[in-house]
Amino acid sequence: MTRRAVTRALVHLSLVAAAVVVLLPLTVVLLTSLKSPGEMADGSGALTLPDDLLNLHNYVTAFQDGGMLRAFGNTLFIVVFSVGGTVLIGSMTAYAIDRFTFRFRKPVVALFLLAALVPGVTTQVATFQIVNSFGLFDTRWAPIALYMGTDIVSVYIFLQFVRSIPVSLDEAARLDGANAFTIYLRIILPLLKPAIATVVIVKGIAVYNDFYIPFLYMPSENLGVISTSLFRFRGPYGAHWEIISAGAILVILPTLVVFLCLQRFIYNGFMRGATR
Amino acid sequence: MTNSRRLTPWLFLLAPLVLLITFTYAPIVNMLAYSFTDWDGVSPELHYTGAHNYAEIFTRPELFEVFLVSAYYLVASAVQIVAALYFATVLSFDVRFRNFFKGVLFFPSLINGVAIGFVFLYFFQDGGTLDSVLALSGLHTHHAWLGTPVSANISLAGVSVWRYLGLNFVLFLGAIQSIPGELYEAAELDGANRLQQFRHIIAPGIRPVVTLTVILSVSGSLSVFEVPYIMTGGATGTETFVTQTVKLAFQYNKTGLASAAAVVLLLIVLAVTWLQRRLVPDDRVDLV
Repeated sequence: MTRRAVTRALVHLSLVAAAVVVLLPLTVVLLTSLKSPGEMADGSGALTLPDDLLNLHNYVTAFQDGGMLRAFGNTLFIVVFSVGGTVLIGSMTAYAIDRFTFRFRKPVVALFLLAALVPGVTTQVATFQIVNSFGLFDTRWAPIALYMGTDIVSVYIFLQFVRSIPVSLDEAARLDGANAFTIYLRIILPLLKPAIATVVIVKGIAVYNDFYIPFLYMPSENLGVISTSLFRFRGPYGAHWEIISAGAILVILPTLVVFLCLQRFIYNGFMRGATR
Repeated sequence: MTNSRRLTPWLFLLAPLVLLITFTYAPIVNMLAYSFTDWDGVSPELHYTGAHNYAEIFTRPELFEVFLVSAYYLVASAVQIVAALYFATVLSFDVRFRNFFKGVLFFPSLINGVAIGFVFLYFFQDGGTLDSVLALSGLHTHHAWLGTPVSANISLAGVSVWRYLGLNFVLFLGAIQSIPGELYEAAELDGANRLQQFRHIIAPGIRPVVTLTVILSVSGSLSVFEVPYIMTGGATGTETFVTQTVKLAFQYNKTGLASAAAVVLLLIVLAVTWLQRRLVPDDRVDLV
């Protein structure tokens, strides 16, 4: 019995240690974001508490001078359009593939399957030229088109769900005179709600966090999303860790809120998305 | 079957297929074509150079070095997978504050990469978080953690573990929890201890997911981009395959050479994926 107690204590110790490793770097940045330039310079070290726990001065600077307000606006715009588009594209593809038999069905499915194996980072050299030739470079539509057009995982997720919807529902509706489009809109889409929730969460977080695509395609400062705007903090605030920290916390905070509210959905969504 | 009925699926597939071909397949074809030229990405002029770009990638040492950097990330993924397995096993049993620990371990994988980069730039800074913690335990170092290639790469690989451990952990935990509970109860009745339960019930149950993760981490180690690009910009020997390709293409306008590099990476990733499909027969894949 005592041996079991010792094991249990060691296990708990390891969990606490892991929690400290995860939380310490974040906590220190939170503390730093509340310090004044004077406190930063007095050599008291990174682990000290700020004098004033409600000193939000750095956040004001990050928001106004760092352009974080505009960045959140741009990010929201891109998230809404690309996630909405992904849901439509993914569900339409899944519906067409699962509910119809047509010529070239197999090659079409293979085309989607194969695309899932191509890592997006590798092809950007050439994708860039295509986006550029459409005149989309340095507009918010470049990332939107790319996020919409290259998401195969959501097709998988929708396909799994469409399959679980009984075909008899389609047939009953067809007998009532519904056409394929009405069936998609009135029967399939409403029954896909759990899949839509999954895709919205996983895709929404991925788009919110993406750095690579906005960095490549939207160099203009006024098109900054949260990732690229935060990245630009390094130049002007290079030595001002209190302001950089405030910017980082500003970006992390919405994620934390969403995580705390939607924990169950997020765990499920990521498990589905990652094992595709 | 009427004519309109035959046309219907194509109406639904039109937009998805156009997007898929424009943004996934056309780039691959173009990339292959560019890789045999000396194109700079802007000028109308380009020359066919044969396999010259490919030869350059494998012979110029500074271009080849990036593969060595991947080794750091590969070792880090091994550490990450073992740790994720440990925590998933531990937290699959009834532990106090289980949900709290689960959330804490998973949360980093949701955080924005740039924010993580800054959090850890401050962590490794002279007089930053790490130095302050070490000072608490009496170690006053002024080691420039990101100052030498070995130390910088280990630090960056560490950040990568911090960031992605949670994702592996949640996947493993999910797999463990999908093992029927009666199995444990039966084992418990037979007097099996935790270690035996792990070896004979958990390990076989999660083998597919673990194998998948191991193999994916190979291509993952080659395509590392965000953490090194944001934190060091590839300085002090931390250049990875992808940061280097991005620089070749978008800073030095060597579109031809960058395309060849991207083709090489694509081939490696495809080979690894093919291997994975061979080793882990996955019923979720056969959609046809």
